[in-house]
Amino acid sequence: MSQRIVIDPITRIEGHLRVEAEIKDGKVAQAYSSGTMVRLLEEILKGRDPRDAWAFVGRVCGVCTSVHSLASVRSVEDALDIVIPPNAELVRNIMFCTQYMHDHVVHFYHLHALDWVDIVSALSADPKKTSEIAQSISNYPKSSPGYFSDLIARLKKFVDSGQLGIFANGYWGHPAYKLPPEINLIGVAHYLEALEWQKEVVKIHTIFGGKNPHPNYLVGGMACSIGLDESSVINAERLAYVSDLLHQAKTFIEQVYIPDLLAIAPYYLDWASIGGGLGNYLSYGDLPTNGYRDPLSYKFPAGAILNKDISKVYEVDLRNDAEVQEFVTHSWYDYAEGNEKGLHPWKGESKINYTGPKPPYEYLDVEQKYSYLKTPRWKGHAMEVGPLSRMLVGYAKGIPEYKDIVDKTLAKLGAPITALFSTLGRTAARGLESVLVAQWALEFYDQLIANIRNGDSRMANTEKFNPDRWEKQAQGVGHSEAPRGALAHWIVIEDKKIKNYQLVVPTTWNASPRDFEGKMSAYESSLMDNTPVANPDQPVEILRTIHSFDPCLACSVHLYDEEGKHLSRVKVL
Amino acid sequence: MAAPENKRPTYYEELRQRGYSRRDFMKFCTMMAAYLGLEATGTAQIANTLLKTPRIPVIWLHFQECTCCSESFIRSSHPIVADILLDKLSLDYTETLMAASGHAAEAAKEKTMKDYYGEYVLCVEGSVPVDNDGVYCCIGGKSAIQVLEEAAAGAKAIIAWGSCACNGCVQAAYPNPTGATPIHKLVKGKPIIKVPGCPPIGEVMAGVLVHIITFGRLPELDKVGRPKAFYSKRVHDSCYRRPYYDAGLFVESFDDENAKKGYCLYKVGCKGPMTYNSCGIIKWNDGVSYPIQSGHGCIGCSEANFWDNGPLYRQMASFPGFGIESNADKVGMVAAGVTAAGIAVHAIATNVRKKKLVDDLVAEGKESEKELKS
Repeated sequence: MSQRIVIDPITRIEGHLRVEAEIKDGKVAQAYSSGTMVRLLEEILKGRDPRDAWAFVGRVCGVCTSVHSLASVRSVEDALDIVIPPNAELVRNIMFCTQYMHDHVVHFYHLHALDWVDIVSALSADPKKTSEIAQSISNYPKSSPGYFSDLIARLKKFVDSGQLGIFANGYWGHPAYKLPPEINLIGVAHYLEALEWQKEVVKIHTIFGGKNPHPNYLVGGMACSIGLDESSVINAERLAYVSDLLHQAKTFIEQVYIPDLLAIAPYYLDWASIGGGLGNYLSYGDLPTNGYRDPLSYKFPAGAILNKDISKVYEVDLRNDAEVQEFVTHSWYDYAEGNEKGLHPWKGESKINYTGPKPPYEYLDVEQKYSYLKTPRWKGHAMEVGPLSRMLVGYAKGIPEYKDIVDKTLAKLGAPITALFSTLGRTAARGLESVLVAQWALEFYDQLIANIRNGDSRMANTEKFNPDRWEKQAQGVGHSEAPRGALAHWIVIEDKKIKNYQLVVPTTWNASPRDFEGKMSAYESSLMDNTPVANPDQPVEILRTIHSFDPCLACSVHLYDEEGKHLSRVKVL
Repeated sequence: MAAPENKRPTYYEELRQRGYSRRDFMKFCTMMAAYLGLEATGTAQIANTLLKTPRIPVIWLHFQECTCCSESFIRSSHPIVADILLDKLSLDYTETLMAASGHAAEAAKEKTMKDYYGEYVLCVEGSVPVDNDGVYCCIGGKSAIQVLEEAAAGAKAIIAWGSCACNGCVQAAYPNPTGATPIHKLVKGKPIIKVPGCPPIGEVMAGVLVHIITFGRLPELDKVGRPKAFYSKRVHDSCYRRPYYDAGLFVESFDDENAKKGYCLYKVGCKGPMTYNSCGIIKWNDGVSYPIQSGHGCIGCSEANFWDNGPLYRQMASFPGFGIESNADKVGMVAAGVTAAGIAVHAIATNVRKKKLVDDLVAEGKESEKELKS
């Protein structure tokens, strides 16, 4: 007997995601992932100034803020053959690292932790015992018995009010929660500490980009000029502020995030054999140390791994139209030459065609089209992207700092390398790369200071900022590694305007529906890989695997509508 | 979590639990009545309200958006969001942070809609696509239109967070392919507070909520529905680079010598002169900086339909209040001329415009007074 369940909305993510699943014998037997919101940004971009695109596509996502702006300016610079000054590359790298540190910590505590940490159990923790555990795993100073007993009192008052706010109707007491009360209390304490800390690290974006979310970028470099002897631009005070924030962030990751991850993981080692899924991993690479055009200099290397075989890493070429392609067999679009064919993004076309049920509805017809996400494939393979892919590609390439941190962590947990191909592996990889990124950010900062000390204060190359200096036609691709995985924007420019703009983003790789051959993408495949469901009314296990990917749906749904409806609604530019 | 039913601590109980006396409480009410300009009887009225009111329940809906508003909200530095969530209001539904998913999440929302009918504040992040029967945004199998209608019915007031909910933002830019529609065009008969910006400043969002919680009433709004406290000044008028504008000193292209000196960004497209927001006053992320301070012009993200107000890097032709100079090039020519006469003319022009601004503000103040009295 199988039972069909619907989880909609999936919460603690960005955007609107729906999962329908068949539960049989206490396990997920079938799974379908659907993106249920669309905004059609690519249609909106057509005809606009390519220099403005970063601002539009920045608004694709406010959680992964800045990553689309970065991919966008890189796509335009690629098309127009603009090389940015080293300082601009370093500032972009520092902002990139800032985004990672913020995003990964917020994901762990605010979007993922409640799948593993039982708040109600925390109320019965012994403050003294909690303090002993906290002090045994970290030097983080907020760890006294008084600190934890104050927190319990605050939580009790909150619960006694009867108004449980964001914690109402959680799956508390579910048998899948395995932590002792004291570790649950540490988790809750750091949920609140992380909420306070996260507003600090983003100030680096504010200093260089003027605000966060949605800091400002610039084609050709960055707009934040350096003027060491001026009062109102980047000077010694601003740089010292950045340094201070980077050190604080590194401390928080090393003293709070990682110790918590390592304290929680041993109770959930069964999740090292659940939720693995595809076994195909893809990374485009990022964090250039010798310019964006030198991929061999990237801190995150590019590459693809197939069938969990880390003895071989394949090269990836985003310009080759046989490599990255998007399919719409099960997506609410139609292609002009039939829905079985894949299209490379430079030639990407999409015409929306919603054929799903009329709302309100109970179930989607998963035999037909069932999502606003297209289905990307690399050389025909479904690929997983994200922190686990990046760590595996770095590890498989034998890069010492990857080998070192992965091997040490596995040894601590007493787990084999294959433990990485799992829900737990995905969550652990996110923590490990946060440690690397926190270190790299300081290296980039030191290089920036060294450059300025050596007399280079250039921040933008504006030789081609004027569109009169552009070729009549140009096309480019800008790629990045967003916190959630491989990201690229493809642009076609004609007569100084955007002719076509396509984004293929991490959550589209991971959360997309089945392809023309019926092959699943990463979410569906992972859910069907050994995921238990003890109580179909409280599907916390499904949330664990889905959240291990850190879903971001607003990013993944976007396309243009060739019909161009509502031409008269807003006046033409 | 098993919670005691129907036990709703009031502000008074909260204060008592924190060790305040009844006398402290009444003093607080008197002060607040005075602050709000109420008659003496107002004190009793406020005291009564606060004696009876639990933490205000809040339902926060997400439609066509990018979650930058929620992200900005959690950046608030005063108050910090942990305190807002635990002590100040009861955020009963938000897809971004809530523990429960699916049916359990929807049940929490329905319980608040029923138990607090007419009392909860509805926050909306995102626009609502109305084309094709609303199929471009569905949650729990319902269209955004249906979800909004249900939740708006029992709301005491609605806060439209960010430019998406206030004016449709990027998805409503030409050609608005999904029919993205702001909230005020879909809900009638409810007070709607518009808090535009992409996103709004975190402290502004917290400030709007704190105003409602602390003073027990909605903040005063301007004629388009924005809180006056945060949207009554142009970025241009509160910009620390304004003296360079007045002096005709402009950045001509990014990262040029003038950019390194921090001159005015008007000629590289700054939309500060047409944008009403608090960026120059409160600034961003605990007052660290704002776009202009970090070298990029304002893109006007809190103005209606700002995506279609011309390319980002095109110098604005003219704007209301631009005054006698008529355009920046003339201002620049005057300044670059460095003749005594030129400087004098410019100084007079500037002062004339400032006098007009002061006159306008005085007139506006008088209007506000009248509204307050009535």
